[in-house]
Amino acid sequence: MTTTKFIDIDFSKIESDRMRLNVGPQHPSTHGVLRLEVELDGEVVTNVIPHIGYLHRCFEKIAENMNYQQVIPYVDRMDYISSMNNELPYVMAVEKLLGIKVPEKVEYIRVIMAELNRIANHQIAVATFGLDAGAFTPFLYLFRDREYILWIFEKASGGRLLFNYFWVGGLANDVYPTFKEDVLNIVKQVRKTNKEIEELLIYNKIFIDRTANIGVLPADVAINYGCSGPVLRGSGVKFDLRKDDPYSIYDRFDFDIPVGTGEVGTVGDCWDRNIVRMREMEQSCRIIEQAVAQMPDSGDVQAAIPKKIRPPKGEVYFRAENPKGELGFYIISDGKDKPYRVKGRAPSFVNLSVLPEISKGYLFADLIVILGSIDIVLGEVDR
Amino acid sequence: MGLLNRLDNPYETGGIILGTLEDILNWGRSKSDWYLHFGLACCAIEFMSMNASHFDFMRFGIIPRATPRQADFIMITGTVTLKMAERIKVLWEQMAEPKYCISVGSCANSGGPYWQYGYHVLKGVDRIIPVHVYVPGCPPRPEAMEEGMMKLQKMIDQQAIFRKRQRLAEEEKLFELQNKG
Repeated sequence: MTTTKFIDIDFSKIESDRMRLNVGPQHPSTHGVLRLEVELDGEVVTNVIPHIGYLHRCFEKIAENMNYQQVIPYVDRMDYISSMNNELPYVMAVEKLLGIKVPEKVEYIRVIMAELNRIANHQIAVATFGLDAGAFTPFLYLFRDREYILWIFEKASGGRLLFNYFWVGGLANDVYPTFKEDVLNIVKQVRKTNKEIEELLIYNKIFIDRTANIGVLPADVAINYGCSGPVLRGSGVKFDLRKDDPYSIYDRFDFDIPVGTGEVGTVGDCWDRNIVRMREMEQSCRIIEQAVAQMPDSGDVQAAIPKKIRPPKGEVYFRAENPKGELGFYIISDGKDKPYRVKGRAPSFVNLSVLPEISKGYLFADLIVILGSIDIVLGEVDR
Repeated sequence: MGLLNRLDNPYETGGIILGTLEDILNWGRSKSDWYLHFGLACCAIEFMSMNASHFDFMRFGIIPRATPRQADFIMITGTVTLKMAERIKVLWEQMAEPKYCISVGSCANSGGPYWQYGYHVLKGVDRIIPVHVYVPGCPPRPEAMEEGMMKLQKMIDQQAIFRKRQRLAEEEKLFELQNKG
């Protein structure tokens, strides 16, 4: 009879060969066409190198050749999930350069549209994050709701995804007559679904096990890397441009800034970044309700500006709170009808740079969850 | 299902279906196409919508595959940059015959809004791989993508399997005749 003899081995002292694994550029969980070069020790990630540029669409070169209004559709296509939010800082930057003020009604419609699009963006973010963690059903619920929001956009602007709705000095056209009721219905529906999602996904034991204490991003690292948006707020930093540097008419509304508190794990883990998005949807609902109540019924939706705008020589930087973070546009004008240079400060690009820092030491399956929690859009990373 | 009820007594109620083997094979082929989704840009978001609740792409008998070796057709949804073009070519070559390609959106069709000044954008994916169905739009609505899918199904339905070369030559002759007349 033989007896099994257990040998005491300290596995951490054994060095195995590092494996290099290539994720993407065509991979369902890279959220687009990102390529990750992952260095693995067994199943533990030791290094990640993101390779970008697979969706480079020459935004800055094209902006040199277009006049100010023609750039707007290309701005749409940067972060194609939240186009309204992209248009807002661009048109406001040009308006700042021109020194014009838009009518009151336009400001309200812009805020309502931007907040609706913020909800739509966060719905996709939570849905795909659920998919990355292995939950398919919330995806269906959230996409059902997102479709209702897209119907409003379609009725108002004609486009489902890319709108070209905010123009310099106003809007492309006025909203339709039943706009307010539709928006309030959406708010009700979003609240109802969010409650369902919290039961179905957020406080699900499996989901918490997959996401809590994973990819912890400390506040100081987030600030050093220049992160913004839910990634920064998930680490417990209360910074939101809508409150801290109010633009448009955001100073008229009463809303809170949700931050990560480490409710089920550590502050700044994947679960925190996700819950910030869920709570932000609720705050967007609050802003929309107040804006609908205050919105004037009549009024122009286009300020009196000439068809061909020629801003005076100068430069301007305007930043706004995109669903992904701080989106800024730096425009230099040389007095002609075309901008001399337009530069976009893309939040996704900056947020992606933190990925190698926070994914070291976790398992490979966690890397996918961490990437999902950062919520990048490759159109904005590469531009 | 009216057709299936007749099969209880096939000799009396006419439950026998007569057809060429080719038709039946094509019918089966066109109703279960598995696709390799190649989501690149904005169109991929509309494609996600199509896969979700309202539009339900799977009713076409379609299953998304993550590998080209199991896929029947590829959907190119979005802007194809020169850096990405090589990858698409490799993926297309990895797919097993018979294979098809749907090009979705202006960018994949022709370069779209990046056609004029885009120094880095491939002006149409048909420059590197053959495209069977083009879906226009920037981005196309999910309904348009479904229409593209139906076009592809129709195409597969009418495809020649047997005596392929001979029939293609006949078709070519007919085409030439029509063009002359």
